[in-house]
Amino acid sequence: MKSLAELQAIRAKTLENIAMRKEGNDGARIVVGMATCGIAAGARPVMLAFMEEVAKRKLDHVTVAQTGCAGMCRYEPMVDVILPGQEKVTYVNLKPEMVGRIVAEHIVNGRVVEEYTIGAAQK
Amino acid sequence: MDLYRAHVLVCGGTGCTSSGSTQLIERFEQQLQEKGLDHEVKVVRTGCFGLCEAGPVVIVYPEGTFYSRVNVEDVDEIVSEHLLKGRKVQHLVYVDHATHESSMEKSLDEVGFYKQQQRVALRNCGVIDPENIDEYIAFDGYQALAKALTEMTPEQVIQEVIDSGLRGRGGGGFPTGRKWLFGYNSKADQKYIACNADEGDPGAFMDRSLLEGDPHAIIEAMAIGGYAIGASEGYIYVRAEYPIAVRRLQVAIDQAHEYGLLGKNIFGTDFNFELHIRLGAGAFVCGEETALMNSIEGMRGEPRPRPPFPAVKGLFGKPTVLNNVETYANIPQIILKGAKWYASMGTERSKGTKVFALGGKINNTGLVEIPMGTPLRTIIYDIGGGIPNGKKFKAVQTGGPSGGCIPAEHLDVPIEYDTLIEIGSMMGSGGMIVMDEDNCMVDIARFFLDFTVDESCGKCTPCRIGTRRMLEILERIVDGKGEEGDIEKLETLANNIKSTALCGLGQTAPNPVLSTLKYFRHEYEAHIKEKRCPAHHCQSLLSYVIDADKCKGCTACARVCPGSAISGAVKTAHTIDTSKCLKCGACIEKCRFGAISKK
Repeated sequence: MKSLAELQAIRAKTLENIAMRKEGNDGARIVVGMATCGIAAGARPVMLAFMEEVAKRKLDHVTVAQTGCAGMCRYEPMVDVILPGQEKVTYVNLKPEMVGRIVAEHIVNGRVVEEYTIGAAQK
Repeated sequence: MDLYRAHVLVCGGTGCTSSGSTQLIERFEQQLQEKGLDHEVKVVRTGCFGLCEAGPVVIVYPEGTFYSRVNVEDVDEIVSEHLLKGRKVQHLVYVDHATHESSMEKSLDEVGFYKQQQRVALRNCGVIDPENIDEYIAFDGYQALAKALTEMTPEQVIQEVIDSGLRGRGGGGFPTGRKWLFGYNSKADQKYIACNADEGDPGAFMDRSLLEGDPHAIIEAMAIGGYAIGASEGYIYVRAEYPIAVRRLQVAIDQAHEYGLLGKNIFGTDFNFELHIRLGAGAFVCGEETALMNSIEGMRGEPRPRPPFPAVKGLFGKPTVLNNVETYANIPQIILKGAKWYASMGTERSKGTKVFALGGKINNTGLVEIPMGTPLRTIIYDIGGGIPNGKKFKAVQTGGPSGGCIPAEHLDVPIEYDTLIEIGSMMGSGGMIVMDEDNCMVDIARFFLDFTVDESCGKCTPCRIGTRRMLEILERIVDGKGEEGDIEKLETLANNIKSTALCGLGQTAPNPVLSTLKYFRHEYEAHIKEKRCPAHHCQSLLSYVIDADKCKGCTACARVCPGSAISGAVKTAHTIDTSKCLKCGACIEKCRFGAISKK
């Protein structure tokens, strides 16, 4: 170890991976419904797509978590995206190919992808 | 690098390892692989979480779900329910003893056990993988060393430690910064910095947990200390009875070497530093600084008179600064966050936080870290969850064999170095053994003295012979053969030993007797004069009696008595022949009417 910069580099790189264990982690949360209904409707590939996208973009404060059945099984796979300080947005009937847009537009740029939301589906 | 969506933290401290956490990790890995989750979920073996009572402990992030007493069979359920489907396994979630609140509704930090704690020394324990230097670095590791080496002079480092008010956590409470200044001021071609990890007090395990949970913090702190006093070599003296701690320490030292955080020209400066581990063979006296240094040099672990103090003439005759593990664990934080931050915690004369190992008759056995000045009551009732089985609190023993007992009347005394000494105990390394109404205080004193007699190195007469005589008197008393004048004899011996023994071990050995005499003299008197043990603990002074009014004459006790000491006709009150009674207690367990009691 010859410099502080080297130390900082290791710190930044590892932190990406273990940030979820830090106190006061207030980054964005992506919560995937993974009850039996969700899994049957294909929630796993959706969740994997989210993880891949988050890793690819090095979004170190984004948490990908799971939850149980929300009761609206016909809309599965469902995903909640919660940005800090904002109302949660629920996306429904997701497929892995839709994930890239949600991450790029909503999580990175803060624009909700209206057409995938539960509001759009219920119209 | 794969992104993991969930981390499963399994406690790998000694407590949880002995209750099977290694098997848990294997099972988790195997199950995750079977379910195809091994690239999404990471299993990490951490250090101690502190709540050893609830072990083996498993925490699942990002939710931070705290599972307690997990069996190998439970692993499959956690994997298939929580990790695959995202449903927490309700029945395994930790429930607080005192409040009966499940950690499910609240975050873990809100649970009684953790709520009042402030984790500085223990901050990484149970959070990082101790065998992974990258994780330590991610949690600000080695930043303090970089700051000290590149931005501060040795004088500034020492001043920062002095200003923080940090005092030795091994028991004595000597100001750490001043010790470093002595080392700095000693002129020599070679100096040493050393770490005392010879934790020998019965019931104390904070140093072990720190070494197991955050070994890099100790390495970083010793390097900072080495820089401050001008030492290029350090020794860690750790007991061989701590195999996990020793192994993780070695792993950590090797990793630090690989990263160039130990060795030559650290951070591009001209500071060189090497660390060595020395194993102790388990002698209590080797926790005394001069005996410890003798032992490192390969000689008998016997103390020598001071002065000269080690800061002038220590290891191999060179100036040496020796600090305790927990003291070191605070150093990187002090350098990084500043003396002012550290001094803002605690009280006027005792700054910062202190780790205590809670044991004995308490619900939440484990490791706690609290700001100095916290009352004992908070530790025992709020954090410790109170006394099990509805028993009454009697006393708490602090400071191990060198300390004393604190009775209920002093429960509200704030915990600091000086107040504890005022009430006849001491901080010690931080063991806290809680006793309830069933503990006999004379027997407790006998237990600790038995320990010091065993551990006395034999070099000086007061300790070698004096403590032995005291033990003989105490054994006589608990055996029901105490004589008038025994208490006075104990007091005379205790005071003589205190003022004439060579080292700290001997000087403090009588403390358990003196403090129990101070607060529980009536128990000694009851043993001697009335041949009675008020706590119904001492076998020789007990007799079992049957209450004739309650006895229904069912003969259950007579049938179970191995000594045929119980007689009586069916449906009439039975009696116990005390000359035949073996005092085994089998009859009490058998009686359905509560007619038999100890007297």
